[in-house]
Amino acid sequence: MSRLKLIEISKHFGAIQALASVSLSIEPGEVLGLMGDNGAGKSTLVKIIAGNFHPSSGEIRIDDRPVAFHNPRDAQREGIEVVYQDLALCNNLSAASNVFLGREPVKRFGPLAFIDYAHMNRVSAKLFSRLKSETRPRDLVRRMSGGQRQAVAIARTLLSEPKIVMMDEPTAAISVRQVAEVLDVIRRLRDHGISVILISHRMPDVFGVSDRIAVLRRGELVANKRAADSSPEEVTGLITGAIQAA
Amino acid sequence: MTTIDDIISASEHKNWLARITSLQSFWVLLAAIVACLALTFLTDSFATERNLFNVARNFAFVAIIAIGMTAVIASGGIDLSVGSSVVLSAMVISVTMAAGTPFWLAALMALGAALLVGLLNGVLVAYAGMPPFVVTLGTLSAARSLAMVLSDNKMIWEFGPDHNLLLWIGGGSTFGIPHPLYVLAVLTVLMSCIFKWTRWGQHLFAIGGNENAALLTGIPVRLMKVSIYMFSAFTAGLAGILMAGWLGSVTTNLGQAMELTVIAAAVIGGANLAGGEGNAVGAVVGALLIEVIRNSLILLGISTFWQGMFIGTFIVVAVAFDRVRHFRS
Repeated sequence: MSRLKLIEISKHFGAIQALASVSLSIEPGEVLGLMGDNGAGKSTLVKIIAGNFHPSSGEIRIDDRPVAFHNPRDAQREGIEVVYQDLALCNNLSAASNVFLGREPVKRFGPLAFIDYAHMNRVSAKLFSRLKSETRPRDLVRRMSGGQRQAVAIARTLLSEPKIVMMDEPTAAISVRQVAEVLDVIRRLRDHGISVILISHRMPDVFGVSDRIAVLRRGELVANKRAADSSPEEVTGLITGAIQAA
Repeated sequence: MTTIDDIISASEHKNWLARITSLQSFWVLLAAIVACLALTFLTDSFATERNLFNVARNFAFVAIIAIGMTAVIASGGIDLSVGSSVVLSAMVISVTMAAGTPFWLAALMALGAALLVGLLNGVLVAYAGMPPFVVTLGTLSAARSLAMVLSDNKMIWEFGPDHNLLLWIGGGSTFGIPHPLYVLAVLTVLMSCIFKWTRWGQHLFAIGGNENAALLTGIPVRLMKVSIYMFSAFTAGLAGILMAGWLGSVTTNLGQAMELTVIAAAVIGGANLAGGEGNAVGAVVGALLIEVIRNSLILLGISTFWQGMFIGTFIVVAVAFDRVRHFRS
């Protein structure tokens, strides 16, 4: 049983073919590295899985059940969470507020509903310790390091016990030590049985954590193989087109 | 059990003295208090009951709207139409009351008129995606023009059967405290709680902090924006009703250029024009400082032409202070 199965997904914007008949599947607890040059269709694919775009044709199945997403909420309900490249954090709010953004728990007194900050801080602290991150729930995101921000964005996805977490360039703009932390977090997600789709340009990071590697070129899937059977050289060739397919 | 984390977070979050001194509104309040003390010693007329009563009442109108403006600014927007919403609301209540409508019904209609201006602002900003500066500049012009049409540009000073009730509500006092101040106090406490403790407040600051993030996490950004502009217009409508009662007559130049004073009060009180920051108490304190400056210039016999210079300086100083604070952290 595949956690997520894409069957012949195509997407065109007017005359532009962004994705051509892409078929891909991912197992529970598997890390899939999704690679490709700018404009290869990675973002389009991610947005289709996340419910931002509707595919022009093709089918998405989760746990072998066909699903149709009309908006990101539908995808979230099916257990799909996204960590966006810009992390989508509010600098002016605390870490806990960011984790719960849009899903704040409330305490009710008759018709009045107050945000339960104590609960938010408690749950966030647990999530951060599960990620083994030294992030404190009450700190403002503005004052955090890149790695801590990343942890906040990832903790947000864990709030709903997700099945699939997609990460868009999580290691693009952070220091070497923080990259190691983020890769550790990805391994920890995998150990909890969560499927991770990692979109990245950074070859060593992708090979460091991925079980399988998929390469897109001009909207077509040109490779989908075990990371152990591939090499950075081969993937570079696939991305640029020096190697046609593998 | 005390862990090192607890100690760090205690030192960063729980030291109330450090927290208060890091608030812009604290320093603004301090400036206002110093100005008050100085005036008490420099003039005979400042600390009189009559003058304090006037200061309290005058600043209440600006402060009430500044709370609404703070909500808009904290969400990353701006509302230039509040001065015109004031005159529209005041004109609706005075025209309908002069025609014999009872106060409560007329007040509801006045608030309704102001809320419609806010609704228009919000819909154009949120759903048509137009820049708030332009949209509210348009309604600034349109709402005042509507007030002129409504009154045929005449002064109205007869308010029908509930004439005395309106004058009492806007211009009267209970236990020696003018009524607009009660309205302001209730609004300040209420909005402080709402900003901090409700999802509406949290989402407002999230939109101001990172609108894209708010969208991606499923916050109903458009609906929020409409409600925020309507709240701002509501505070202007409320102030319009109170000002009609206080002045005892309404002309179409009521609230002219008031939006600038209101924005100044909000910014001096700590609202960040880039969005994401601001608080109700700050707006009130900012309005207080502006009124104290205005009053002191009059009492000290300095030409009121200097007023703009002082307020302008305070706006720049307040923003500079904010920059320094962010630079440090």
